[in-house]
Amino acid sequence: MTTTAQPPATPVQPVSPGKPEVPAVPPKVVQRPGDRIFSGSTLAAGILILVTLAAVAIFLVAQSLPAFTADESDIKGDATNFLSYVWPLVFGTVWAAFIALVIAVPLAIMVALFITHYAPRRLAQSLGYVIDLLAAVPSVVYGLWGIGVLAPAVQPVYSWLVENMGWFPLFAGPVSGTGRTILTVGIVLAVMILPIITSLSREIFLQTPKLHEEAALALGATRWEMITIAVLPFGRPGIVSASMLGLGRALGETMAVAMVLSPSLIVSLVLLQSQNPNTIAANIALNFPEAHGVGVNILIASGLILFVITFVVNFISRAIVDRRKAFSGAN
Amino acid sequence: MSKRIEVKDLKVYYSSFLAVEDINLTIEPRTVTAFIGPSGCGKSTFLRTLNRMHEVIPGARVEGEVLIDGDNLYAQGVDPVLVRRQVGMVFQRPNPFPTMSIRDNVLAGVKLNNRKITKTDADDLVEKSLRGANLWNEVKDRLEKPGSSISGGQQQRLCIARAIAVSPDVLLMDEPCSALDPISTLAIEDLIEELKNEYTIVIVTHNMQQASRVSDRTAFFNIAGTGKPGKLIEYDDTNTIFTQPSVQATEDYVSGRFG
Amino acid sequence: MAITQAPITSALKAGKLHRFTPLYIILGTLAVATAVFAILGAVNVAGILIVTAVLFVVTYWLLSLFVEGSRKAKDRLMTSLVVIAFLIALVPLISVAITTLTNGAARFDVDFFTMSMRNIVGEGGGALHAITGTLLITLATSIISVPIGILTAIYLVEYGRGKLARWITFLVDVMTGIPSIVAGLFAYALLVIFFGEGVRLGIGGAIALSVLMIPVIVRSTEEMLKLVPNELREASYALGVPKYLTILKVVLPTSLAGIVTGVMLSVARVIGETAPLLIIAGYTQSMNYNLFDGRMMALPTFVYNSYAQQGSDAQAYIDRAWTGALSLILIVMALNLIARLIANIFSPKLGR
Repeated sequence: MTTTAQPPATPVQPVSPGKPEVPAVPPKVVQRPGDRIFSGSTLAAGILILVTLAAVAIFLVAQSLPAFTADESDIKGDATNFLSYVWPLVFGTVWAAFIALVIAVPLAIMVALFITHYAPRRLAQSLGYVIDLLAAVPSVVYGLWGIGVLAPAVQPVYSWLVENMGWFPLFAGPVSGTGRTILTVGIVLAVMILPIITSLSREIFLQTPKLHEEAALALGATRWEMITIAVLPFGRPGIVSASMLGLGRALGETMAVAMVLSPSLIVSLVLLQSQNPNTIAANIALNFPEAHGVGVNILIASGLILFVITFVVNFISRAIVDRRKAFSGAN
Repeated sequence: MSKRIEVKDLKVYYSSFLAVEDINLTIEPRTVTAFIGPSGCGKSTFLRTLNRMHEVIPGARVEGEVLIDGDNLYAQGVDPVLVRRQVGMVFQRPNPFPTMSIRDNVLAGVKLNNRKITKTDADDLVEKSLRGANLWNEVKDRLEKPGSSISGGQQQRLCIARAIAVSPDVLLMDEPCSALDPISTLAIEDLIEELKNEYTIVIVTHNMQQASRVSDRTAFFNIAGTGKPGKLIEYDDTNTIFTQPSVQATEDYVSGRFG
Repeated sequence: MAITQAPITSALKAGKLHRFTPLYIILGTLAVATAVFAILGAVNVAGILIVTAVLFVVTYWLLSLFVEGSRKAKDRLMTSLVVIAFLIALVPLISVAITTLTNGAARFDVDFFTMSMRNIVGEGGGALHAITGTLLITLATSIISVPIGILTAIYLVEYGRGKLARWITFLVDVMTGIPSIVAGLFAYALLVIFFGEGVRLGIGGAIALSVLMIPVIVRSTEEMLKLVPNELREASYALGVPKYLTILKVVLPTSLAGIVTGVMLSVARVIGETAPLLIIAGYTQSMNYNLFDGRMMALPTFVYNSYAQQGSDAQAYIDRAWTGALSLILIVMALNLIARLIANIFSPKLGR
């Protein structure tokens, strides 16, 4: 195409003393002091977070090192070295969180479905708030509630289970007389992580493409069939990731476990006895106030292990979310 | 307070992609110049380089010169912030600051820069700018209402008032009527006609009737295809462009045969 | 979707339970369950409700199976299960609310809010020292976290590009997942360098809580800043306003309500934290106004301590624990409520 872009007869202006050839590199950006100070301080805040996290890692590792060479006499209980001390705790942590997850995930999915697809539309928002209220209750209150209300309430059920279904390995006797077992802890933890899993699943379910839902309904599907055809498959990665986040929370929860559980240093899957494996977090909370010397280092080292476990769990959950984002194209 | 704009060999890049190629044109003071052309031909991008607003977009950069009364915007050491105080801009969609009243919106350019201004000076500036934007009579009784409480067309005129309150030399308008109804559009077009007495005005528009109604000169931009850079095809008096353009592509476009 | 009105063709009408059928079944099963428990001589509300629920689900499903066929029956079964799941989720909430209110009311008196536990071994005493401690520690936490959190969010949204920003985003995510007790251990491991073994300081609690609070503030502030339309930033730049003034005077005021809401919610989240304070702030029965000197009680640790270390008159300690729990819940609820009110009332209307 020809170009006739030159304007007709414009008087030639004197070119300013700038170079006629403009360099390919853009001229240096002028920075005013205000800009520099402000952007500098935001950058400093961001870097402070990096430094803080590095500090967390370094200090915890430094304080944990003596634990790995701890003398037998410094370790509580019959454990001979740090690893044999911490293993039952790791087991208890994972086991309690797993029980909580088994209870909470199906319940949370159903509650989220109720709020998004069953409840009257006008009520849905408020019902969501109601479930979110569960997240607002401090963990120490759940501890009080677990030991004061839940444990006595479920103890008769436990007795019945041991009497009638004791043949099932998980329900083996003798039954705990107080109800302060790992199953009770699991229930309390389930209540505590329910709101997180519910609210995330709720968001995912609301993002289900309306077209898919309507397509299913137009084929004559019932509401439940529509949910299994359109909603659940779409939400599966979100549910998995929400459950992992809930798991991370349950692994690190301290007070509810410390108050409700009647602990001992064992590895056992049995749910209803008075001998229960303790969790790392609760063990730290119970023993730290009186700990001294290498005892402190041992507790810090166990905390480091807890940190690593939760980190891995959260990392997997984020990875799932990110992968889903990459696939779905929607923001 | 009106100034001449000269553009010499201007190229715009997004990172390594050449978006607009070799533009040369001169815009006279106290005129209205319209940029027309199909979507994606780079006219809005080019408009933004006239007050360095393209720098807000990550990766966008410019080669070439833009001279405002002889001063190169892209010379070493030029502060884009100062450039924008001389070359104001009005955007596609009205964007008054939602946290500010109508009055504060007009004063935004002054107040946001921490400049001190006496109450009477401020009152005068508000009235003068709003009168300048043909909005004074409509809002004089509710200056303390939030800027988002008025209609879309009024909001756009408020944005023009806000732009002229900092007394720029040039006013750039990026499709200022595309989000407005016909009556509001007419009000803005009348306003442009009046503003031309004081400012150099450059307006990007998709609406060819609008270009022919408001502008003195018209520049037609086009692209050869997707991925190719946008080019200035023809720049002439508006009358000429719409009646006897010298390039076939221009004639095709203004007569509605493509684009 | 249930067909509510009678359609024109009878082929669509076949086999449909009446609208009120579920209601009748509920009443029927409730009556049966109550009767069974009465005959067994053990009237137990929880038991009756559970048996009613099971009976209802089964009856409703069977009825639908015979009248409407298997697909519809399954739909109705799942509907009742979903509704019951929601009701189950409400049980702990209601139970926690009722027990905390009834047990906490016993000591919800003037003494509780005006006295410390100094020299008190049985009844009486209060949580003034703990409330003061909570206020001081939370205040210090906010002073540390709010600027860092908001500035970091501004960096990430307005300035951050490339590797560094991605790293910071990633680490904020990691911080979100730090268990609270580990945050306590971190504060201890940090302070032990300066103060030696067995250190217990109020400021340590604030450091630990900051580790928990900063990521929450960064996340919520980031969300709010992203909601500010780019057009407003451009409008400001086009007026010749430098970037930092644009952020300070246009972006921040526009998102202020949202940011404040986020800060309130994050305060509500950390104010109930117990574990880190247990580790690093310790217990005391006396007032301590100095964050930098000696142990400091906080309300959550007061609740735990009252319960875990009951003195000679156990009931007095348990009562104080519940009243502490009630006060804590009231504070958290108030913060949540105020946060939502701010969000609803003060946020500028950006919708067009």
